[in-house]
Order: sequence, then C-alpha cells, then structure tokens
Amino acid sequence: MVRVDGKGTESLVEIRSLDKKYRRGGEEIDVLRGLNLDVDQGEFIAFMGPSGSGKTTLLNLIGGLDVPTAGTIRVAGDEIGALSGRKLAAWRARHIGFIFQMYNLIPVLTAFQNVQLPLLLTGLSKSDRREHVEAALELVGLTDRMHHYPRQLSGGQEQRVAIARAIVADPTILLCDEPTGDLDRASGDEILAIISRLSREFRKTIFLVTHDPVAAERAGTLLHLDKGTLLECAADGRVACKPEDRKR
Amino acid sequence: MKFLHLVLVNLRRKKTRTALTIGSFTVALFLFGILATIKSALGSGVDVAGADRLVVRNRVSLIQPLPIAYRDQILRLPHVEEATFATWFGGYYQDMKNFFPNFAIDVPNWRRVYPEYKFSDEEWRAFAEDREGCVISPPLAKRFGWKIGDRIPLEATIWAGTWELNVRAIYETDRRELTSPELWFHYEYLDERRSFWKGFVGWYTVKIDDPGNAVEAAEAIDDRFANSPFETKTETEKAFAAGFANQIGNIRLLILSIGSVVFFTLLLVTGNAMASAVRERTGELAVLKTIGMNDLTVLSLVMAEAIAVAAVGGGAGLVLAKLFTLRGDPTGGMLANFYLSPRNLALGFALALAAGAAAGILPALGAMRLRIVDALRRV
Ligand SMILES: Nc1ncnc2c1ncn2[C@@H]1O[C@H](COP(=O)(O)OP(=O)(O)O)[C@@H](O)[C@H]1O
Ligand SMILES: [Mg+2]
Repeated sequence: MVRVDGKGTESLVEIRSLDKKYRRGGEEIDVLRGLNLDVDQGEFIAFMGPSGSGKTTLLNLIGGLDVPTAGTIRVAGDEIGALSGRKLAAWRARHIGFIFQMYNLIPVLTAFQNVQLPLLLTGLSKSDRREHVEAALELVGLTDRMHHYPRQLSGGQEQRVAIARAIVADPTILLCDEPTGDLDRASGDEILAIISRLSREFRKTIFLVTHDPVAAERAGTLLHLDKGTLLECAADGRVACKPEDRKR
Repeated sequence: MKFLHLVLVNLRRKKTRTALTIGSFTVALFLFGILATIKSALGSGVDVAGADRLVVRNRVSLIQPLPIAYRDQILRLPHVEEATFATWFGGYYQDMKNFFPNFAIDVPNWRRVYPEYKFSDEEWRAFAEDREGCVISPPLAKRFGWKIGDRIPLEATIWAGTWELNVRAIYETDRRELTSPELWFHYEYLDERRSFWKGFVGWYTVKIDDPGNAVEAAEAIDDRFANSPFETKTETEKAFAAGFANQIGNIRLLILSIGSVVFFTLLLVTGNAMASAVRERTGELAVLKTIGMNDLTVLSLVMAEAIAVAAVGGGAGLVLAKLFTLRGDPTGGMLANFYLSPRNLALGFALALAAGAAAGILPALGAMRLRIVDALRRV
C-alpha cells in the first residue's frame, strides 16, 4: 500500500506533515509543505516532478541525510529525527542503500573494494565479506570486472557497481536518485532491469526518482511531486487524482 | 584498521604531494636528530661530572691561570681529600682542522681524583716515567691510527713550536660518554718548555669527603684566596660543566629557534596538504558518511593519513640522522660526544607524530563536520 493522505497505519515508511525550508541569502524557500506518505514493505515507487521540486530533498530526508524543518519521518518504527550522530549513521548503514546519478564510487578502490565499503562498518569476517561482495557483484553481472577500477569501467558498469554497493549490506530501503540520468538508453535499461529485479525477487522497498516516463513505468506506484506535496498519478504519467479527490 | 588500505591508497593518489610532505618530515626530523645530537654533545659534560668533585678556577675567567702553589694550601682546608690540576694546551696535529682537546696534567695525583679512567698498571707506569709521554683516549687512537710507542708532533697554539710526545697509554672506560678524543701529557714537561705562565695551572679539581659538604668546602677555598692577586671561583664539577655549556648557550638558543621554525613550517606544509586532500575528496567523504560511516571514523581516517605521513617521513629522517651520527663527530673534537640517544630518537618520533596530528586535526574536523547533503550537491 502507498498512500499520500496521511491515513496509513503500520507502514514501513510513515511521513507526516513534512515541511522542509531552505534559507538562501535572506529569503526562505519552501521546498516541501505538509507532505504525507505511507509506504509498505516491498513497494516500488517512482517520483517525478520538475527540476527543483524537491525530489532529492525528499530522498535525503527519508535516508536521514538531512533533517526536516517540521513533521516526522518514521522508518521501520524509528523516528529518524530523534536519532543523532553515531546512531543515525548506524541506522543508515543498516536500513538504507543509496544510488546516485553520478555513481559516486571511490576512484582509488576497485569495484570489489568499493562494494565492500559498507561491510567494513560491520563485524563480518573477511571471508564473509568476500562472499557477500561476490554475491552482490554477481547480481549486477560484474563478476568479471571485480578488480577493475572505476575509470576502467563504462558509466553503466560504474552504476552497477554502485548498486552492488547499495545492496551488499542488505538494506531495507533503496533510495535511487535519477540513477539513469547520466546513461544512454541501453545502459539505463540494464540498470532499471536490475532495480526491478531487486523489487520483484528480493522484495526491497524502492524509491526511484526519475525524469524518464519509461523508467517510471517499471514502478508499482508513480507519485508526482508538485508544490511541496505528493500527488498520485496514472500509469501514463498524468496526474490522476489529487489527495482531496480521494476523500470523496 | 580495516580502513588502513583506504588510508594508503588515498596517500598514493597524489604521489608528488605525498612525497613532498613526507620529504618535509624527513628533512625536519633529520635536522632535529642532528640538532638534538649537537645539543646533548654540548651539554654532555654536565652529565658525567662527579658530585663529590669541585673545580677551582680563576675568578676573573677560565683562561686566567692560578699559581701551582695553591694545591698545598687547598689540601689543608676542611673536607678536601685530594687535589690535582691541569692546563689547557690547545695543540693540534698537522692541521688546525684536526683539532682535539689536549692538556697537561698533574701526573702524580691525577688517578686518585679521576678513578673512572682505567689503565693497565704497566702502561700508566710507562707514561709516568716518560717526561715526553702522553695518554690518549680510544677514539683518538682510532681516529689517527695511533698505537703505543708512536711519536706524535703537536703544534702549539698558545706557546710556540712543535711538541713531540710518545704515546705511552690508552685509557679505558666503561662509560661511553667519557670516551671523547683527547690527549693528556705531563705538566712538568709543559712547564719546563713553555716561555710564559711558568708555575701556573689552568684549574684545580678537588675531591671532597662528601657531596653534602660541597658548598662549605667551596666557600672555604674561595675565602682562603680572597683578596689575593689570584682570587678563585670554586663550584661543583657539574656546575662548572654547565657553565662551560652555558658559554655556548646562544648556540643552544639558536638550535631551539631553528627547530621551532622548522616545526612550524612543517605544520603549515602538512596542514595545507591535508586540507587540499580533504577538499578534493569532499564528495567521497560524503559517500562514506552516506553508507553509514560515523563522524569519528571519518575524523580518524583523515588523522590516520596525516599521522602516517608523519611516521614514515619522520622515521626516515631519524634513521638518516642516526646513520649520520654513527660516523662520529664531524667537527673533529668540538662535539666529542656526538651521539643520537634512543631517548632523543623517541622524542623526535613523538614530536613528528604530534606535528602530524596537529596538522591533521583541522582538516579532519572539517571532514567530520561536513554535511552530506551540501557535499553531495557539490559533486
Ligand atoms: N542545501 C540547500 N540550500 C539551499 N537551497 C537548497 C538546498 N538544497 C536544495 N535546495 C533548493 O531546494 C529546491 C529543491 O531541490 P532538490 O530537492 O534538489 O530538487 P530536485 O531534486 O527535485 O531537482 C531547489 O530550489 C534547490 O535550489
Ligand atoms: Mg535532484
């Protein structure tokens, strides 16, 4: 179940009356205004919306990278606004996997070493780490590029390494911020296929921000971010209904 | 420790910068090692001085002499057990740059005041019986390859001419700080041949019954010769050696200043290198935080990098300094005890690590405080 009216119960992700303002110079920018969202475990949601509408901001808030101006975000029962510093970092390591548009791999580490990074924060033994890393790389089809450095990989391959890094510690939620934005169609489709598979086979809860209607089609639910709140859309990408309409 | 690999590969990404930073540590710690060695060599007399010995010298200055007749009078004073004397000769062998300390000693009483120098009875007798005989230290013997029986010409600097001396004894000691290159010969021979200051000596060394009586004994000696044409100044051997070292006090100050400037520069160079490293890797640091690395680990990662540079560079500098000092006194006698002690090595290493930590702390704090969202937005 995905709801944007704030009426869900016992959801994996529960966002209530979320406000986010940025202050730039003297003026205040209202990015998110009274946003509500309920997402159950295993849902695959795509967010669309014009550039600057606050999609990245929303993902960052869900991932605990940023703090709300007002409102609450509960993920798996934890109110993340109440976590701080060390605890938040540990929470993120356990629950969240990030995939960025620009891959953000560490250039001096091989694919294997990049994927291994999140596991270094756990108590896993070296051989267990190896096993997990190899499994993750196999899932994205890069077993044969394991010891390559990012500069020796294509953009699509780099993004696949980034996906392996995001899933290697088996997080609850995957946050993908325009993961295909910098890729050609074919590579982008490969990435989307992997993300779909993570949803289907591994029941990951996935939030995908994208500008691409084709990409959005893969998701179970398409939400439109507009003027600081979420609207549910039809499969063709057009806004199907507004939260107010649902009440009737 | 699991992140050691990341620290190392990070250091390798800008090889030139890392090499230069490591190099500055190497140069700085090499310099530290040499300066520390010079400093302790200058002050080494202070550490070997006996607590139960007093040195009596001319009140005016060390280079003014005292009458030889003072010995008998000193011996009659309270707490005094033994007294002997010596005079600086200041000769050199063949060339001025071969300088080493050499002086004429009071052969009959010398050993009773300075028991720490060991001789075979046979060699000492041979020396005592040869008016032109001399004693040399093992380092001096080694330096010029001199053996017992060799005849050595010393060029005088205070008095005139070439003075030929026969090597009759080489002393031994189990205290390495006593083994500087030096030569002693008969005061009698000096006094007979020299043209002026006949009947005068450079200083007296007095052995007293108990170190606790040093002040009393020293006052008694100075009172005895007060208002004479040759007033004395008596102090413990330790104070005397310290005073000797203080004459070169400005050199020590100079050493300290050089050292401080070098360390300050090191801080700037390393701090700047680390700051650039952190700035270049803002995005990567944000990613590490995103995957759940906590602030403290991020801080340690940057600190570890700075400290690794300090440890490698500083360690190399100290090893080079140690190798340099192993070749012995480069001045040929002025810094007899040219030795880089383990204590100074440890001190240098600790200083290097501290400098690394100090240089790393601001960039590390910056990395720690980095807000992920801001950093990612910049990528
Ligand atoms: N750290 C920030 N400081 C000031 N303004 C910000 C900051 N982050 C985002 N914004 C502003 O918030 C709005 C939403 O940004 P973002 O979430 O990145 O949009 P999107 O991802 O939908 O393109 C934009 O107008 C952006 O300029
Ligand atoms: Mg964005």
